[in-house]
Amino acid sequence: MYALQELGKYTTLLYQALRSSTEFSTYRKNLFSELVKVGYDSLGIIMLTGVFTGAVLTIQTAYQLELAFIPLSTIGAIVSESILIELAAVISSLVLAGKVGARIATELGTMKVSEQVDALESMGFNSVSFLVVPRVLSGLLMFPVLYIVASIFGIGGGLMAGILTGAVPASDFMIGARMYFQPWNVLFGFVKSFVFGFLITSVACYKGYFASGGAEGVGKSTTQATVLGCMFVLLADFLLATLLL
Amino acid sequence: MIEIKKLKKSFGNLLVWDDVTFNIEDGETVAIIGRSGCGKSVLMKHINALLYPDSGEVLIDGENIHKQEYVKLRKMRHRFGVLFQGSALFDSINTFENVAFPLRYFTKQTEKDIKYNVEQALEIVGLVEAMYKETSELSGGMRKRVALARATILQPDYMMYDEPTSGLDPETSDEINQLIMEMSNSLNITSIVVTHDMHSVLEVADKVAFLDHGKLSWHGSVTEMKTSTHDELMRFVRASEYQI
Repeated sequence: MYALQELGKYTTLLYQALRSSTEFSTYRKNLFSELVKVGYDSLGIIMLTGVFTGAVLTIQTAYQLELAFIPLSTIGAIVSESILIELAAVISSLVLAGKVGARIATELGTMKVSEQVDALESMGFNSVSFLVVPRVLSGLLMFPVLYIVASIFGIGGGLMAGILTGAVPASDFMIGARMYFQPWNVLFGFVKSFVFGFLITSVACYKGYFASGGAEGVGKSTTQATVLGCMFVLLADFLLATLLL
Repeated sequence: MIEIKKLKKSFGNLLVWDDVTFNIEDGETVAIIGRSGCGKSVLMKHINALLYPDSGEVLIDGENIHKQEYVKLRKMRHRFGVLFQGSALFDSINTFENVAFPLRYFTKQTEKDIKYNVEQALEIVGLVEAMYKETSELSGGMRKRVALARATILQPDYMMYDEPTSGLDPETSDEINQLIMEMSNSLNITSIVVTHDMHSVLEVADKVAFLDHGKLSWHGSVTEMKTSTHDELMRFVRASEYQI
């Protein structure tokens, strides 16, 4: 029953956000600032995540294929395809659920419990349009961009790890990466990052917007936003793989 | 004119109050008093539809505010200024931007006009020198005054004050009370003051609405209150240790 009530409130908030998405003048300034916070401010952590994911994947794949009579180019194929189809989208989204989701839930939660949201409403603002719409839109727009960054740095990290550890020469890695490259996999990763961006930001907005109970309540809503964001990413990953592959 | 008719509100099984009925005439200042937790702020938030009642209605110049479409409701809310208990200043922007905030979104004023109006508003509350301070650098009293400048910058018809003097020292409380009176008199603003500070009530209010035990227990002028024989009201007044 409680879960249904929560789902109802979440859906209502999304419906209000959708209806108020036409009020561009209300959220224009906030949208640009959110695009910077979600996108530009996350570049560092996404690059780092991508590089290490690719590097570890190369080393582990090389280790597992060590005794098999398989061409070294296979390592490049496995690493690049794994990154494009799964890891760049999922691992970066899990990191962003912590970074972006927690920030959004804390910001909105603090505004809620300190009556800043009421202040906006009492001035005649549409608080959903002002606070929720730009945050969800920035997730929808920036997560796919961050997916591309994670993919480039992931494959680059894998390539560098192969060269530096001597596990696979650059030429073999690139041959494998090119041989099995399928544009659909990039599109699939793109769709996933789009969905994950929506889920993480909308859940964080929901948890923050309905936060109550002072500092403890904000802490609770932040934790829930992060945990639920991660859970929804994993669930959506499974559903999208089942539906689209 | 604000007419509050047979208002009832509960949160789950907890009844806040029932059958609350009274009017607020244009230009007068009404203090809503009562013990902590009796639902004074909840009642205030019903007047500009930040909260919705279980039953009853609030009429603003004859229009039921709770029955309006959201777009119309937002226009009606422009007529209200609200000073929240914790000031509710936006902590991501400085004092100037907080006061300029409604002007930027709801008027087409030039930057020069905005600066002039913000300066004027801050001068009224005596805080021009803090114009570019971050909100985190302001004291409790300063925050209230900045919030008051923001709330009145669009020259509302109605001002609502939620515990305007709570947490302030007596001298700063007096300053805030003076500002409330100045706003009411010079701008002819209808004011609703939620408080349990009887000193404030006697200084600023024309009428008093006393909430007690889930209902509007007493309603009348300040003069009537001073001579009232209503037990609960007098107990509350005496408990505030203010001799009237």
